Amino acid sequence: MKITESFSLAISNIFSSKMRSFLTMLGIIIGIAAVMVIVGLGNGMEGYITDSFASVGTNVMTVSITGSGSSGTVKEEEMFAIVEENPACFEYISPMVSMRSSVKIGSDTLSYTTATGVGEQYFDIYGYTVAEGRGFRYMDMEKRTRACIVGCYVDQVLFDGQSLGETLRIGGEVFTIVGVLEQIDDEIDEGGSDDAVYIPYSTAARLSYSGTVSSYIVTAVSDDLVDAGQEIIEDALYAILRSSNAYSVTTMAAMLEMMTEMIDLVVLILTVIAGISLVVGGIGIMNIMLVSVSERTREIGIRKALGAKERFILTQFVIEAAVTSAIGGIIGIICGYGLSSVASNVISNMMGETLTVAPSVVSIAVAFGASALIGIVFGFLPARKAARLNPIDALRHD
Amino acid sequence: MKTPLVEFRSVCKTYYMGEDIVRAADNISFSIYENEFVAIVGKSGSGKSTCMNIIGCLDVPTSGTYLLDGRDVGQMDKNELAEIRNEKLGFIFQQYNLLPKMNLLENVEVPLMYAGRPKGERRRIAKEMLEKVGLGDKIRHKPNQLSGGQQQRVSIARALSNSPSVILADEPTGALDSRTSREVLGMLQDLHQQGNTVVLITHDNSIAATAERIIRLADGKVIYDGPTEGAFSDEHMGGTGA
Repeated sequence: MKITESFSLAISNIFSSKMRSFLTMLGIIIGIAAVMVIVGLGNGMEGYITDSFASVGTNVMTVSITGSGSSGTVKEEEMFAIVEENPACFEYISPMVSMRSSVKIGSDTLSYTTATGVGEQYFDIYGYTVAEGRGFRYMDMEKRTRACIVGCYVDQVLFDGQSLGETLRIGGEVFTIVGVLEQIDDEIDEGGSDDAVYIPYSTAARLSYSGTVSSYIVTAVSDDLVDAGQEIIEDALYAILRSSNAYSVTTMAAMLEMMTEMIDLVVLILTVIAGISLVVGGIGIMNIMLVSVSERTREIGIRKALGAKERFILTQFVIEAAVTSAIGGIIGIICGYGLSSVASNVISNMMGETLTVAPSVVSIAVAFGASALIGIVFGFLPARKAARLNPIDALRHD
Repeated sequence: MKTPLVEFRSVCKTYYMGEDIVRAADNISFSIYENEFVAIVGKSGSGKSTCMNIIGCLDVPTSGTYLLDGRDVGQMDKNELAEIRNEKLGFIFQQYNLLPKMNLLENVEVPLMYAGRPKGERRRIAKEMLEKVGLGDKIRHKPNQLSGGQQQRVSIARALSNSPSVILADEPTGALDSRTSREVLGMLQDLHQQGNTVVLITHDNSIAATAERIIRLADGKVIYDGPTEGAFSDEHMGGTGA
């Protein structure tokens, strides 16, 4: 008796009681679909984060000076010097001062618009281009001018595209708009990257409470030089501050890695939880197979009388369990796929960002393999019970 | 003289029913040769079911020797028993014992499938056998679409499919009316005429009378073994006047 015949027997048995087979599969279907969606969501999130980091540039480092444990401070000139002394390693540097004060146009307060103090190279780092007017110049930094550059949301929505030369107020100070940036996001939206106001960092530092600059954005010439650059900056800062707690240099690559690891961990935990439902599904299969064995005792007796060896009966029942489980797995994969695309749409609509929830080919293969394996494992016990039935008793069974 | 096809040498079978030992077969010896038509007769509890199980290689003797076609069945393991059932025996049961979810063709194919015959050959033989029992036009039907007599004919076709050495019919007419019973018995006689060895197990003397030789059992012992003609005199009926 060939294995293919065991398969066709199993399939005809499964289809002869469709409702029961479906209910038996349900646990596996739900488990597999859940695993698929979770893994898909995890992949989608990772993809989304990787993409957004890639758009910023993985050669970017963030330097943050907290000063804790040190009596020294780092002047802007000292930071600029570090970068200028290593032209082979560093490309751009920009101080960054986040403004707490809100932006006002006339008497209206803009609750979402952010104001940031930046250096003249800031737009080069992020690849933003000035569409109208001018960018920042060295003089803006040196003279602490009240000039500002706005994102295109501010220009188009708040000033009807006529913002150049107009004024707005930040923390009570009046700034004149000297430049408008090219559109950044696919759609301009309140609170998005286009809803921003940039002012010279030196002006921002004076307006802020501390009066000093504590963060910088530095870019390496290439991704390969990020680690070397990080080391140069750290060494230089240690030489000034004499405490390794007083500063931190974070690379985008390290942040990306950290976030990816976190997502992986969350996905792993959720997958394990979903995996439990697969085990429960397996127990369901075992239960139904045990019922099926006692219902089919007479059939087993007949088959044995007609010459079926124990091996054949065992194989037949194991294959039946495995095929049931595998069909459940396939349905689960299809459901998981469907749910993933629904989830993609829902999340995309909710966040206004494109997040593709895509189950990977590997996860599909693993899900299918796992479901078949569950069938084999949980089908074995009932199958062995069937195989070991005494043919005389089995034939007499009603 | 040639070797017997079925040979019982002092076969005993004992069971434990709680504390008691039941001797279902008590020192039974007989030989059945090729192309014989033998009926094993006895009331319930006479040991005929035990004999049938042993002849059918579904059970092995507790002591004594059972030789089927010269091979000692008592020494065989479960797999060998399954193999020898498949090769040497054709079963016809009282309850037909067809597989309800399969059509007639597939039912008749089962022994051939376990014998490892290729699909095409199986189909051909099964079809031929069903034609032989007069059901060639119903090969795609399911057993429950047939009458009892027709189902029993399917089980005869199935028993024949593997060209067995012995056809073992256990109360083959037990579930049939008298007309279909005669039909089925006639079929067994035809098979015998065609050169098959048929062993019929029954409690019914009138049915046993179809055979050429009768082995009568009572209390696990053989009380008559001889031609049908002499089997029904009082002295050979176990004195119970049945």
